[in-house]
Order: sequence, then C-alpha cells, then structure tokens
Amino acid sequence: MSALGRVMRAGVRRRRVQTAVTGLAAMMAATASVLGGSLLVASNAPFDHAFAQQHGAHLAAQFDAAKATAEQLRATAHASGVSAAAGPYRTVTADPSGGPGLDLPAGMTMDPMKLVGRSDAGGPVDDVTLSAGHWVSGPGQVVVSADYSGPALGVGQRIDFPSASGGVTELMVVGVARSVSRTADGWVEPSDVSLLAAAKGADPGMQMLYRFASASTAAQLAADRDAVAAQAPAGSLSGTRSWLDVKNSSNSSTGLFVPFLTAFGLLGVLMSVLIVGNVVAGAVGSGTRRIGVLKALGFTPGQVVRAYMGQALIPAAAGTVLGALLGNLVAGQILSATEQVYGTTSLTVAPSVDVAVLVGTLLMVCVTALATALRAGRLRTVDALAVGRTPKAGRGRRAARITRALPLPRPVTLGLARPFARPARALAMVTAILFGAAAVTFAFGLGSSLQRIQDAKRTAADVTVLPSAPAQSGGPAARPGQVGGGAPGGSTPGGSTPGGASAGTGDSAAMARAIAAQPGTRAFFGSAQTQVTAAGTTGSVDVTAFVGDASWAGYQMVSGTWFHRPGEAVAPTPFLTATGTRVGDTVVVTDHGRAIPVKITGEVFVTGNQGMELLTDARTLASAEPNLKAQYFSVRLASGTDPSAYVRALDAALRPTGAVAQVGDGGGTSQLLILLDALTGLLTLMLVAVAGLGVLNAVVLDTRERVHDLGVVKALGLTPRQTVSMVLAQVVLVGVVGGAVGVPLGVALQRVVVPAMGDSAGLRLPSSVLDVYQAPALVLLGLGGLVIAVLGATGPAGWAARTRTAVALRTE
Amino acid sequence: MTMTEPVIELSGVHRRFADGPAALRDVSMSVRAGEAVAILGPSGSGKSTMLNMIAGLDRPDSGTVTVAGVRVDTLGEAGAARYRRDKVGMIFQFFNLLDDLTVLDNVVLPAEMTGVGRAEARRRATGLLDVLGIARHARAYPGRLSGGERQRVAVARALMNRPPLLLADEPTGALDSESGAEVEALLRELHADGQSIVVVTHDESLAARCATRVVRIVDGRIASDTGVADAATPDGAGAVAR
Repeated sequence: MSALGRVMRAGVRRRRVQTAVTGLAAMMAATASVLGGSLLVASNAPFDHAFAQQHGAHLAAQFDAAKATAEQLRATAHASGVSAAAGPYRTVTADPSGGPGLDLPAGMTMDPMKLVGRSDAGGPVDDVTLSAGHWVSGPGQVVVSADYSGPALGVGQRIDFPSASGGVTELMVVGVARSVSRTADGWVEPSDVSLLAAAKGADPGMQMLYRFASASTAAQLAADRDAVAAQAPAGSLSGTRSWLDVKNSSNSSTGLFVPFLTAFGLLGVLMSVLIVGNVVAGAVGSGTRRIGVLKALGFTPGQVVRAYMGQALIPAAAGTVLGALLGNLVAGQILSATEQVYGTTSLTVAPSVDVAVLVGTLLMVCVTALATALRAGRLRTVDALAVGRTPKAGRGRRAARITRALPLPRPVTLGLARPFARPARALAMVTAILFGAAAVTFAFGLGSSLQRIQDAKRTAADVTVLPSAPAQSGGPAARPGQVGGGAPGGSTPGGSTPGGASAGTGDSAAMARAIAAQPGTRAFFGSAQTQVTAAGTTGSVDVTAFVGDASWAGYQMVSGTWFHRPGEAVAPTPFLTATGTRVGDTVVVTDHGRAIPVKITGEVFVTGNQGMELLTDARTLASAEPNLKAQYFSVRLASGTDPSAYVRALDAALRPTGAVAQVGDGGGTSQLLILLDALTGLLTLMLVAVAGLGVLNAVVLDTRERVHDLGVVKALGLTPRQTVSMVLAQVVLVGVVGGAVGVPLGVALQRVVVPAMGDSAGLRLPSSVLDVYQAPALVLLGLGGLVIAVLGATGPAGWAARTRTAVALRTE
Repeated sequence: MTMTEPVIELSGVHRRFADGPAALRDVSMSVRAGEAVAILGPSGSGKSTMLNMIAGLDRPDSGTVTVAGVRVDTLGEAGAARYRRDKVGMIFQFFNLLDDLTVLDNVVLPAEMTGVGRAEARRRATGLLDVLGIARHARAYPGRLSGGERQRVAVARALMNRPPLLLADEPTGALDSESGAEVEALLRELHADGQSIVVVTHDESLAARCATRVVRIVDGRIASDTGVADAATPDGAGAVAR
C-alpha cells in the first residue's frame, strides 16, 4: 500500500469518533434529503403525476343502459380525438344500509355508493391502484375506493345493500383502491352489478372512460365530449365528468397541504447541507496539525488534499449509502401518509431523488473537504504544526473576561466563554440549533393552526338536536356535516353525515318547543339547509339559514361582522371571490326563481362546498321559501347544567318528534388532522435529530481539540461533575441564541405557510387561526433550542468527564 | 505537619499498562514533610508513572498510595479531583497554562474551583505573582511570556491553594539554561520555606541542586534512595525498594 493509502487508512481508523460522526452526519443528511426531496417531488403537482401514472380518464361518461348497447358504446372508442378508451363497464348506484361492526351514530346512514363492474384493475385508461387487499376475484366481493365519502371501510368489512324486495345483498370488502379519476366508490364483479340493480333505490347504467389527444382545456374537452356523444345512440349519454373538474376538486383540498410539506422538505434538505458541510469542514480542519506533520515528512500539498478528501469520503460514502437506504425505508411510511393527504396513489421515492441525494451528498463532502484541506494544505508547515497549541491571539478573550465577572461557578464561566474562541464553529452550532428550533416552532404553530381550523368546523353548541329520519337518496342538501363547515354535526371520523332531515314536516316547531321548555336551556337556534344560485357563480351555492340568533355559535370571522337582521349574510372567501363582492356589497341570489338581494356584512371562515356557502337568517329567504324549517338545533346550556343529564331529559321530551339530542356538536377529530399531526411530529423529530447531531459534532470536535486543556483543569482539581457543567455551559449561550433566533423564524414560517395553505384552497384565514403563539409557549419553544444544544453536548460532556486526566495531559 | 511525619507513603505499588512491561514494580517509599525529593531515571523508567500515582492522576494495580493522610489509590474521580485541589500543586515540563486565560486568571483558577471568594483569590494570586517576580505580567496572556516566566506562572498556580505537597514533572525540561536556573532557584527558595517538593527529572544536576534526597528508578524499581551527597551512588542508603 502506498504511503498515501496508509495515511488515509490510518486517519480513518485512528480518528474513530470523527469517522463515526462524519458517517453519521452523512447518513442523517442523506435520510433527511431523501425524505425532504421525496416530499418536494410528491408536492409538485401531485394530481398531475398520479393522473399520468394511472393513465387517468380525461372524460368519464355515464350512459343510460336502456338506450345503448355495449357494442354501441364500444364503438365510441373510435370517435374523433379519442386516443384510448376503457369500458363499457356496467354500473349501479345503490344505498348501503351499513354492515356488521359498522357503528354508525344515531341519525347517520352511509352515503350512496357508485359501484362499477370491473374484473380487472388495469387497462389503457384509469389504471386503478390497490393500496390494500386484492382485486375482486368473484361474486360477493367489492374493492372500495379510498376516496369514498362514507365511513372508512377496511378489508374484511361486510356491506349490506337492502333490495326492494326486502332481502339484502351482502358484499365483502377484499381490497381498497384509489382511482385518480374518481370513477367509482367501489368495484365489483360485473355479474354482481345485475344483482345490485335490484337493490333499493338502485340506479343502473354504463360507464365509458376516454383519453383524448387534446384535452388540456375546457373547450377541447367540450369538443371531445360532443364527438363521443355523436358516436353514441342519441340521448344515451346521461352525464360526464371531465378530468379538469376532478383536478380542480382535488387541488382545492390537496393544495392546502402543498406549502406545508414543501416547507418541511426544504428544511430537511437545507439542514442536511448545513450539517454535512459543518461536519466535514470540522473533521478536516481539526486535522490541520496532522497535515503539518505530513508536510514536514515530505507530503506535497496535493497528496495532503487527496489524503484528507479520502478520509472524509470513506465514512461519508458509507453513511450516504446507509442514509439513502434508511431514507427510502422511512419515506415509505411518510409517503404512504402523504398519499392519503394528497389523495394520490403509489407515491414512491423517485429514482432521481436517490441519485440526487447520493451524488449531492458526496459532492458536498468533496467540495467541503477540498476547500478545507486546500486551506490547510496551503498553510506553512510550521504554522500547521502550531495549530491547536497556539490559538489565534485575542479570540474570545474579551468574552472570557466578561464571563469570569459573572457570579457563577468558575467551570460554568469557563464554558460560557468557549464559543467566542471558535466563532465559526459556534456559528455552525447556532445555525443547526436555529433550524431545529425553527422546525419545532413551525410544527407547533402549524399543529395549533390546523387544530383551530378543525375547531372552526364545530360550533360552540353544548348540545345538538338532530332528526333521526334516515337519508333520502339524492335528497335535499341537508348535510350539516358539510354545511359551511361550521354547522353542527360536523363530519364524523368516517366521513358519513347525518341523514337528510324531515324538513317541513312540522316536527321542527315541536323540537323547538321541547328545547325551549327544557330547564337548563340558555339559548338555541335552528339551522335549515337550502341551495340558491348567485350571479357570477356556476353551480349552486349552499345556504345555511338560521332560525334564531346564531351569533354565539362561534363562527370565525375573517373580516366584517356577523349579520344582525334578515337580508344580511356572511360568506367565505371563495364565494366573495366568485361573485366579485366585498364586505358591505349586496349580492343577488336566486332561490326558487325569485331574486333576493343579500347584503354581505362579513367574511366568515367556513370550508364546505369548496367555499360556495352563504350563512344568513332564515327570514332572508322567506319570500322564496316561506316554509323553510330548521332541520337541526344547536343549544347553549345555562352555566352549571350537566350536559349528559340535560341530553337524557331532552331526549325524553323529543321522543314524539323522533329527534335525538347529543352532547356537543357531534364533530369528531378529523382523520386528516391526525395524519398531519403524525406527519408533523415525524418530520420535526427528524429535523431536531439532525440539529442535535450538528451540535454533537461541534462539541465533540471542540472537546477533543481541547482535551489537553481539559487535562490541565482536571489536574488542577476539576471534578467530573464540574467537567460536565463546563462542557454543557459551552453550548448554553449557543442554544439560547439559536432558540432566540429560531423561534421568530419558525413563527415567520408559520405566518407564511399557513396563509399559503389557505390561499391554495382559496380561503383567507381568520387571525384566530394564525395567532396561535402565546408568550409562555414562545418562551418554552425558545428553551427548546437550549434543550437541543444540551442533548447534543451531553455525550461529549460525559466523555470529557470520563477521560483520564493523565491520558488527557499526554494528548496534544 | 512536622519534619518527621510522612507526607507521602507508597507501599507495594505495582502498575502495568496494557501488554507492556510493568511501569512500576512493587515500589515502596515514604517522603517526610519538608523534604525535597528528586526522582531520577531515564525515559520509560516509571518515574512519571510514580508522580501520577502521587498526584492521583493514575491508580496502582496493587499497593497503596497515601498522601497527607489521604489514601489516594482508593479515591474516585471526584475524590481525586478534590484531593488534587487541596493537597497537591503540580508543575509540568510544558507548563500546561491555559492560553486563553490571562496570567492572573490562570493562577486564580485552582482557588476559584475550591470556592474561594474572588477577591481573596485575586489577593492571594497577586501576592504569589509578586513574590515570584512576575506581577507585571498579571494581565498578559501566557503566549507572550518567556519559558521561564511561564513556568513561574505555573508554580504560582500550583501554590495557589497552599498545598502541603508540590509535584514537579521535568520543570526545567523545556527551558533554556537561564530560565532553568531561575526555576531551580525558585524551587530551592520554596523548599527553604518548608514546602515539601517531589521533582521528577532526568537531569542529574537539577536533582543535585534542588533536592535533599534523590530516588533513582530503573525499570520500574527503586534502584537507590540517597541523600544528595550520596546521590551519585546507585545503591545508596535509604532505599526501601522491595
């Protein structure tokens, strides 16, 4: 082996700690970069990528089975502009009644399911991706869509479909899949479609899926649709859904999370670059004296540079490969969660991310090692030999004088002054901690904001009264869980909603009387649902019309005020944007053909129906809907009233009306929120670990460099405990500064990312969602920087305390 | 403590490092208070190991080490640290001053670690620097001093806690002859004032000039233990090596 090789190998073997830290840092950096990079890739147009991957349908067409044969529909694949087609598939929309183990709350039923008969998940169009179980292999099986709006259905769950004749068709869930084109709520064997066509309320049909040569604009899609319709029997085309509609719908919900995941991804990559650069520079820099010895022995500067690049690259390469592998493993979990957030499928670590991470990390190591080794290589041999024994004059001395005047134990003041002697290293530590503190602060703020968004979906009602009548298929828009996002009875965890109310039956007045008469009632109001159209909007606008004073319901206002009289209303940002109105303007809505002017008094934060909502007094619509009745009630209790006892008593009083009372507003914790919280926690933990590693590396380098001085003070009587306190004191100031700068940075990031999330969904967020940081929390978060620093320094401090004094004194 | 009481008592001390030969082999020796003992020997003879045992920097594999009434060989890390603060002062060949502290800060360090008040520590340190003739350098940093001056600072630091025992490891080894002579004179003065001193050196002349007793170590054993007048005789009286 050449002298250079021996020097390189000895450097790696003998400097075990630095070799290990370099390898570990490269590993963490690679892991964080794979995760961050994957999140960035996944967050870049997630729908478009999933659509391309699944060969999504540009147009999903529904045909009337009575007006067209399968053969005729198959012929539409040859319509002008069609580049690929799939189908025809027989379809049926049926109402499931539930199933064994499906614990639906009182008054709740499952949403109708559109089932498509497909014996194969793949094909030239709409290549459905399984996320659990297997595809249907026989009758009586169903693969449910992960996007089904009803309760979560896992593999093994049975679903009942009551038939008109009184029997029940039971399907067993054998798989869960996702179609980016949202072509079905479930897929069954084609033969099962005939069976289900006999189910109560069933609506059979045929489905064709098309891809077109040109389908990037609504106009092109309209032309494509016309071409298909012309090829099919007249009047057989009963409905279509374009990919642009699906994309808009998907983006309005997933867009909310793109800034969030992008921010975390960027933080991960930035921190990785920082830590690797810091570690390698430190490792090479700390070997300067050895470089001097090598030069004294006759090594050329070029040989020295090669030796030290090699010493850095050997552990870094091993760490990078391990880190990339680890990153791919962990990314599987994170991307699986991201799939659910984005509603996409089969997110995997892109090969380009792996390649970029491997090449990027090693390149980073090379560049940093080269720069540091070149600097050391250029030093005069005598200067290099002197490094570590004669520090630059003046560095940190003023700080040492200041700290020694502090009324603190001497070991502590010695430690406190240390960062000033190595400002570059201290700066690197501060930066690492700063990123960690910023990540924790950002995560805290984001979690709090998301929680407040979730809270905004619930009213302040202590008790909610719901009708127990089952839903009517295709019935009225009585979906409190989605109304305005702020109405009571919010979405249940499974996503099912209370059934349609028995509006206009007269029960409403009886319910109101029972509530008013119940001791403990402080205030209550009723809510009715209807739909109107508004100038400037396509489609319908959901209206929540209140009977009684709903100003206490706790709706979050973005601007303006709650309405006070009939003829006034509040609306969310998307409605105002679509209608081109501002707070104070009057918008004309059309209800049952009657034009009604409504003055907008405030911008409210509600998220249902993609923000096409209006909240007003029921009397506003009296001229168009004189019989509009409250479908459910929200009750506020007098102080000291036991809600459970109140609900029991009210239930008894409500029995004749068929309504049921429940404590709170019935809104459960969003699965998405749980998912995001978990994702936030995992990503934060990762960033904090990387920050701690940065501190560990810096303190290890510093402690080892100072081991001789450490021996001196230990020889003078420094106890192990004092040694630990001295080393920990080294990072106290660094931790405090890192925390003090990192916390405002995290707050700033939250103030940028959370509104950006709102903007992506077309929503302006109320200040209550953004102002989540209280002074005590900020102080605690700031101390988080200190905790990261102390955790990172604990290992080296213990090592310093354990180092034998005689050994330390012999060390140069 | 009177001249007759032993300040150091080594009994059957044995020490071996890893797979190498024994650094110390069954060494027994005692030093009375007020003595100035030079431990002489070639490189690798075990003299520094013996000093480390006395300083509580290392522990014997077997045997006992008692200094100023303290069983040093039984002390843990924290106990040994406290022992070093209270009972011994050390000076080293390469001074071992902390370069980022001023001369005064270096000297007050041992006192500060024992909890002596800042004012008292400074008063004591200033007095020592004055006595040692380096008071004018109190605010300077060690890097700007000559070797002899640095060693004087190290001596001042070693004496800061008024230890009953001063240990010196090759105290003139890194000095030019003029500075070496200054340090020698200083050690003589300290001894004349009653300070117990153990000097480890391979310099015969230093031993002859500074010590009242010379212990020679060869291959980890005490080869001789004599008064200065007999120091040149390897088998002089007084050796207790077994």
